[in-house]
Amino acid sequence: MNAPTTPPPVKTEFDVVGTTPIRKDGEEKVTGAALFGDDIHLPGMLHGAMLRSPHPHARIVSIDTSKAAALKGVRTVITGADMPTLSSTVVAAGEGGEVNMQDIADNCIARDKVFYDGHVVAAVAADNKHIAEAACALIEVEYELLEPVLNVHDAVAEGAPVLHEDYTPGAFLFPTQKALPNAGRLFMEHGDVDATFDACDHVVEREFTTKSVHQGYIEPHVTTAVWTGEDTLTIHTSTQGGFAIRDFMASFMNMPMSKIKVVPMEIGGGFGGKDVVYLDSLAAVMAKRTGRPVKIFMSRSEVLRGTGPSPETYIKVKIGCNNEGQLLAADLYLLFEAGAYPGGPIAPGTMCALTRYNIPNVRLDGYDVFLNKPKMKPYRAPGATQANFAAESAIADLAEMAGIDPIQFRLTNALKPGDMMPMGFPCPPLGSIEMLNAIKNHPHYTAPLEGENRGRGISYAFWFGAGLASCAEIRCNTDGTINLTTGSADLSGTRTTLGMQAAEELGVDNDLITTNVGDTDSVGYTFQSVGSRTTFATGIAVISACRKLVEEMKKRAAMEWEVEGSEVDYASGVFTLKSDSSKTLSFGEICGKADHTGGPLIADASEFPEGVGFQIAANIVDVEVDVETGKVDILRYSTLQDVGKAVHPDFVEGQMQGGTVQGIGWALNEEYFYDEKGTLRNPTLLDYRMPTSLDVPNIDCTILETPNPGHPYGVRGVGEVPIVPPPAAIRDAIKNAIGVSLNDLPMKPGNVLKAIWEQKGK
Amino acid sequence: MHSFDFATPTSVSDAVAILAKEGSNARLLAGGTDLLIGMRVGRATPGLVVDAKQIPELKQYKLDGNGLQLGSAVTCRTLYEDSAVVDAYPALIESAELIGGMQTQGRASIGGNLCNAAPSGDSIPTLIVLGAEAVVIGPNGQRNLAVEDVCVAPGKTSLADNELLLTINIPAPAANSGACFQRFIPRNEMDIAIASVASSVVLSGDGSTFESARIALGAVGPTPIFAQGAGDLLAGKPVNEASIQEAADAAEAVATPINDMRGTIEQRKHLINVLTKRTLREAVARAKG
Repeated sequence: MNAPTTPPPVKTEFDVVGTTPIRKDGEEKVTGAALFGDDIHLPGMLHGAMLRSPHPHARIVSIDTSKAAALKGVRTVITGADMPTLSSTVVAAGEGGEVNMQDIADNCIARDKVFYDGHVVAAVAADNKHIAEAACALIEVEYELLEPVLNVHDAVAEGAPVLHEDYTPGAFLFPTQKALPNAGRLFMEHGDVDATFDACDHVVEREFTTKSVHQGYIEPHVTTAVWTGEDTLTIHTSTQGGFAIRDFMASFMNMPMSKIKVVPMEIGGGFGGKDVVYLDSLAAVMAKRTGRPVKIFMSRSEVLRGTGPSPETYIKVKIGCNNEGQLLAADLYLLFEAGAYPGGPIAPGTMCALTRYNIPNVRLDGYDVFLNKPKMKPYRAPGATQANFAAESAIADLAEMAGIDPIQFRLTNALKPGDMMPMGFPCPPLGSIEMLNAIKNHPHYTAPLEGENRGRGISYAFWFGAGLASCAEIRCNTDGTINLTTGSADLSGTRTTLGMQAAEELGVDNDLITTNVGDTDSVGYTFQSVGSRTTFATGIAVISACRKLVEEMKKRAAMEWEVEGSEVDYASGVFTLKSDSSKTLSFGEICGKADHTGGPLIADASEFPEGVGFQIAANIVDVEVDVETGKVDILRYSTLQDVGKAVHPDFVEGQMQGGTVQGIGWALNEEYFYDEKGTLRNPTLLDYRMPTSLDVPNIDCTILETPNPGHPYGVRGVGEVPIVPPPAAIRDAIKNAIGVSLNDLPMKPGNVLKAIWEQKGK
Repeated sequence: MHSFDFATPTSVSDAVAILAKEGSNARLLAGGTDLLIGMRVGRATPGLVVDAKQIPELKQYKLDGNGLQLGSAVTCRTLYEDSAVVDAYPALIESAELIGGMQTQGRASIGGNLCNAAPSGDSIPTLIVLGAEAVVIGPNGQRNLAVEDVCVAPGKTSLADNELLLTINIPAPAANSGACFQRFIPRNEMDIAIASVASSVVLSGDGSTFESARIALGAVGPTPIFAQGAGDLLAGKPVNEASIQEAADAAEAVATPINDMRGTIEQRKHLINVLTKRTLREAVARAKG
């Protein structure tokens, strides 16, 4: 991550940004007209199904597909042996790390070994889904069972069964180093941690665990592959990034990127789980073998078993302060599941566990642990929620031990603009002090809370967010309307927020702009809609394109007045001759004259913004605990977030509320439940318990706006950080309600009851 | 999903004839809210699905001085939208309102819930404590059995393959009686019971003494459990917390739960104790009006 450079001052007066126009894709989604991945129906299309391993760790001895292939209506059956051989397996992943493409290819369909319950071992394309499923049941696989590795402690222990004879260490945000047979490591240390603990007046040591949780996007994975020529492939899929799918597929299929077109369909949620290939390579190979389009979609159980959730973790925290409440030293040991292959979110988890406080002596020792579970994936602020639960809870306990008000304790230690960050550059403008004071003054925080077994908790959280590559192209039509195309999949209303930034920059009516999500043939490379980056980074590309467009339009106006472009002013949709303000041409008039002034008016921009500006959020929550059953009810919830500048405040609130609800799910009930054999026991939404509408109260949102100098309008990423604070806040509230500390997620009734019995007696 | 045939008999006798012919190859479909899910995941693979919804007798119910005669395919929603049924059998309505979400309740029936024979079936403990009888018909005619004798194992009933559930008959509530059903779930809706308890009581005229009581437990054994001893010990006891605690301890003692992803043995036995007390207190309050 590079230090931000000094940008020009941000705009502070707005016409369009900060308003709440109706969402551009709203009507078609409400009426059912919007086309999602499963709405693709091509002539001659076949339907795929997968056979998945029932074993968490096994060598594939043989696969007999003959009975399946002989079933009427079956058109092809493939195994890992039928997949193309990758010409280059290890590729750069930015920030000095590398990614092994073979791992990602093998995660789609196993070659020699299966690494988790649900790992695909074969796939079928047939005339319909039912035949394909029946054929899968006829495939005979002989396995040599291997001892599974099912938790992080077993995986890092000496003598543990080794998953991969050799491996490329994971690189997600920051690279890890090869350290153990089943784990990569990220180690950072500054100051003298051990000596400083001796000098601390108060030291807290805690062990925390969290369980694996799934993103729970409502739309399962779906893709359709069709060969439009011998060497030209089109993929219609539900993804957070068409270009990512294109580039993975180019690698997996040994094809030029230019020969693959990925068409991103409307997407029913992603949250970090839909930016990688699972089905596309299987569909493409089967489509090639049959000469027909192939569609594959996953059932909910396949999504839960076979795609990447966020990892289970073990985090040991030691943290100390003096009597004044100044944090002096912290030591974190973090074991994060990577799952079947390297590359889980250990680095961002480790890196933002404490990043919101100034601590002079810090040791961070994180491990990316390989074991027999699905390959872990990002989930909304990847790794941060687990790390925040551990670190923020330890800090709450330390403040209590030191006898200092929890908000004052955080104010004493808060990272402020200009303070040195762990990445080695000073903190950019960030409303940390403002946010902590906003909690203190919040009507929720100051309201009395009465009643037995009720308590209030708070927490404070930080997340990086991402910049990365974005492209935008803007085209004016002769009637004065505008088409804006970007490469960013629209997960959350970004067609609207990008269009609003164009309208703001151009000074035209927002309704003139139609925003389109381009396929990979129609617009420049754009990184996935991840890292809260779309409104921020693609927004910068949109603004740049608009600025180029205005310059071009000034030239066209100048042509009419037979002057130089520099002689023309532009504001609020009107071009004016500087030397004679009676001479004006409207935006629409210039558009109408395009054919006579040099041809269609278009502009594009490619950007790679660095000034992410970071995200912070805080929660206030009231709970009531039923001490007889262990059930926690949430009575009142408030979330605060510094968003830089809210482009569309309603959408911002939607992100804040949605993230909070997911965080409540982590806190109270969601967990992957594996049995001792390594079989996932709850791959349904009955037993994988996400919050329902009756489990969460209204979530009150406070939007704070400290402009981010890295964006022309001060925008920060918004989408991720709201998921981070809830588990620590709810733990704090439970502790204040019944005097019992929960150090294991989820804080489900059984765990709460157990903790009550352990700490207070039955 | 596998391929299957579908039959829509319009009379009980036609349905009985089909079942007699097809035996275990056939499955009856009322709301389908359990069967179809089982078929989608391959848990149930009937060659013939027999629709019960076109048979008038199964879709009717009658509430009179003798009690409630409930056709086996009457939906939960039909019940809780009838204020007379709501007034007479609040515990039954508590169950009907908990079976799935609102859409499910528009399809699902109490009869289907009973015949699905899930250990956690939300209506079954309630039917047991209300003293309900199942009226079953087959090629050899009709027979009546106590509801507690219907479920024999998870997903398995004592009905023969060629029998179908005609009605569930619930006696009219006695004077000074009350009943209550509660389940414990980790969330607030759309969930499956970790433990559940139904209790019914008949009190003396002055409300001071238990004349009789019935207690039934869900999700803590291979079938719903009629905790007969726990209810019987209340007969003649004063209505107070000590009596209620004694019954709760007795109920907990007959619970035989397992450890699984939904809960632990220790947690479930504890919950049976808590829920028995809570349902008894509420049943007493209802008995006292």
